[in-house]
Amino acid sequence: MSASLGKHLISIEDLGRAGIERILDRAESFVEVAGREIKKVPALRGRTVVNLFYEASTRTSSSFELAAKRLSADVVSVRSAGSSIDKGESLKDTVQTLSAYDPAAIVIRSPHVGAAQLVAGWTPASVINAGDGKHEHPTQALLDVFTLRRRIGDLEGTNIWIVGDVLHSRVARSNILALKRMGASVTVCGPPTLIPREIEALGCEATATLDRLHEADVVYVLRMQRERMHESYVPSLREYAQRYQITASRLRPGQLLMHPGPVNRGIELSADAIDSPQALIGDQVKAGVAVRMAVLYELLVGSPVLAAVA
Amino acid sequence: MRSRASEASGLFSRPQVPAELLIAGGHVLDPREEIDEPCDILIREGHIAELGPPGSLPDPPDGGERLDATGKHVFPGFVDPHVHLRTPGQEYKEDIESGTAAAAAGGFCAVVAMPNTVPAVDDAAVLRSLTDTARSAARVPVGFLASITRRLEGAELTEMAELRDAGALGFTDDGKPVVSAGMLRKALQYQRLAGGVVALHEEDPALSGEGVMHEGAVSARLGLAGIPSVSESTMVARDGALAVYEDGRVHLQHVSCMESLTAIERLKAAGASVSAEVCPHHLTLTDDIVRTLDSRFKMNPPLRSERDRSALVDGLRRGLVDCVATDHAPHARHEKEVPFEQAPMGTTGLETAFAALFTELVMPGEIELATVVERMSAGAALFDLPTPRIARGEPANICLVDLSAKWEVGARGYASRSDNCCFHGRTLHGRVVLTLAGGATAFRAPLLAEVGALAR
Repeated sequence: MSASLGKHLISIEDLGRAGIERILDRAESFVEVAGREIKKVPALRGRTVVNLFYEASTRTSSSFELAAKRLSADVVSVRSAGSSIDKGESLKDTVQTLSAYDPAAIVIRSPHVGAAQLVAGWTPASVINAGDGKHEHPTQALLDVFTLRRRIGDLEGTNIWIVGDVLHSRVARSNILALKRMGASVTVCGPPTLIPREIEALGCEATATLDRLHEADVVYVLRMQRERMHESYVPSLREYAQRYQITASRLRPGQLLMHPGPVNRGIELSADAIDSPQALIGDQVKAGVAVRMAVLYELLVGSPVLAAVA
Repeated sequence: MRSRASEASGLFSRPQVPAELLIAGGHVLDPREEIDEPCDILIREGHIAELGPPGSLPDPPDGGERLDATGKHVFPGFVDPHVHLRTPGQEYKEDIESGTAAAAAGGFCAVVAMPNTVPAVDDAAVLRSLTDTARSAARVPVGFLASITRRLEGAELTEMAELRDAGALGFTDDGKPVVSAGMLRKALQYQRLAGGVVALHEEDPALSGEGVMHEGAVSARLGLAGIPSVSESTMVARDGALAVYEDGRVHLQHVSCMESLTAIERLKAAGASVSAEVCPHHLTLTDDIVRTLDSRFKMNPPLRSERDRSALVDGLRRGLVDCVATDHAPHARHEKEVPFEQAPMGTTGLETAFAALFTELVMPGEIELATVVERMSAGAALFDLPTPRIARGEPANICLVDLSAKWEVGARGYASRSDNCCFHGRTLHGRVVLTLAGGATAFRAPLLAEVGALAR
């Protein structure tokens, strides 16, 4: 199977298993770079990466920025507040304006499904989806798979539960696709109001209770946004926490715990679970920079041997 | 110049020269007249003067034209009971002239325009300005619906009786449902005074929510908010019950799902005065194509599942669904070139309706050609308009179609001002080459103009 990547990373569907593994292997080599005193390689020297963020973001935007800088790229970060986006410029016009600076890549975060794909049609640059509405967040899924692979090796046959607000979660969608590609089986669990109808079509199981949680090797917990309560998706955060909060006592020994951040302590996760040695949450954050360096590298530099980088 | 006789039936168009024409040797198919054979049609002063076997009729005298239609099909002109001509207020999307040019290019000899304009057609003054515009700009006769409620807000009835006197064929808040059952009930009571059909866009906004596509496996995959089928079917059932209770006459617009058909079947069996239309895109496409995230596939009601699509075809075949309507909904390019969730709902459809149904349904054998031809004009009677007939003495409302012609949608642009056609880029079979509307030539394919000139 070919491990070659396309020009863009819009969806996990753009990657086969071999493509995912290629990015993860590359990320391993960048972890080594992060351990150096001078955490920089010259791979993208003289090239420009534009970060175009239409939504608030801490982890994703800072790790993309760091990743590009550690590859020696020139980085321009545009946020909607205070830019011409604020003045009503259309996405198309903004992208065409930024494309005039001849960037090698545009990293886009948008509250709207399909924004990254549209951008790819309007610019000669490579486009990386840093989250498009509730659709996908492929680099999050890649760093999650990377984190898991470092801890348990091959994911073939592992049983992974994704717990919480699947309906509104791009992280869940990209993770279901990525984990399935790596051979894991996936179960989504949450209140029926927050599990999309026909989600099984993605190849996962769906359940409304934690009764069989002990079957999971990995428990991946999603962020529960407070505003969902006002939209009557759940009657109260109290009832949600009673039924779905992952606590240290609900975890079986040996199960691993993940969360994409930021965590609502005391809602989807209890403090004792977050602080338990079973939690990989800190590892996920750390993996973010190396994996995003690998994505930029693979899309923009491609096949040359790693010796050239290291 | 043609008289304004058709205004009596509620259709308005610019003055036209009555056709003098012999359509020679075309295969005439008019299921209502039980004609399905090669036939000559002589048109004098815009009316069908003679029908006869090929070669039996003389050329029209002085100034008349003989058109060789050998190998082509002659159908009664199509009638579209559901188009958006965007006038007044949004002429950058479409206007009466461009919209009726699109209609003519699609073989339509009459269209019915929706009132959700800016401002809405909710009083007689707006309607009179529209009928005046149509008298100078409409290439095919246009009828108008007025809104049921003022500003389509669902709160106060329009002056339905005065609007009828000013020419409204009926009423609709299309684009929006009449949310309040009490308000619709009053409209149906008042219909006994005002007359005219009440046409309904069936959707429960509480169930549609922020939905932008059909709720199902594809919306689950894409993370797009879904519009469930029950958003439509529960309102069909509710409004059908009101129509039965008030003995009202309602027409259900753009039905899109199996559950609605089940409700309609029950209503018709109970003797309700209910009719229904279905759009070519709902008959030929499913939500699967929304995976492309191309905003041309965003419309309301949304493209639904294959199960729904095949139920709609079956409903059309059986006559449970009475007619085809395009819901031609033009939008400017800059409005559609945005992420799917932000794009406005709607596809154009006048120029592709017949070819899409012929290519996607008739050619694979899902439905008979004669059924499609009948349903393409069956909307006329539902809105009290004369049904086009290929019979002696009838006004010439005819389209001539080359079923063997293949064409790429949009490759030569559109007659419509907008290009948001869900069939854009597809290769379709069946091309309209001539449209006679209200007795006059409304459209003629450029190629045919040359052929006609030679034959003359």
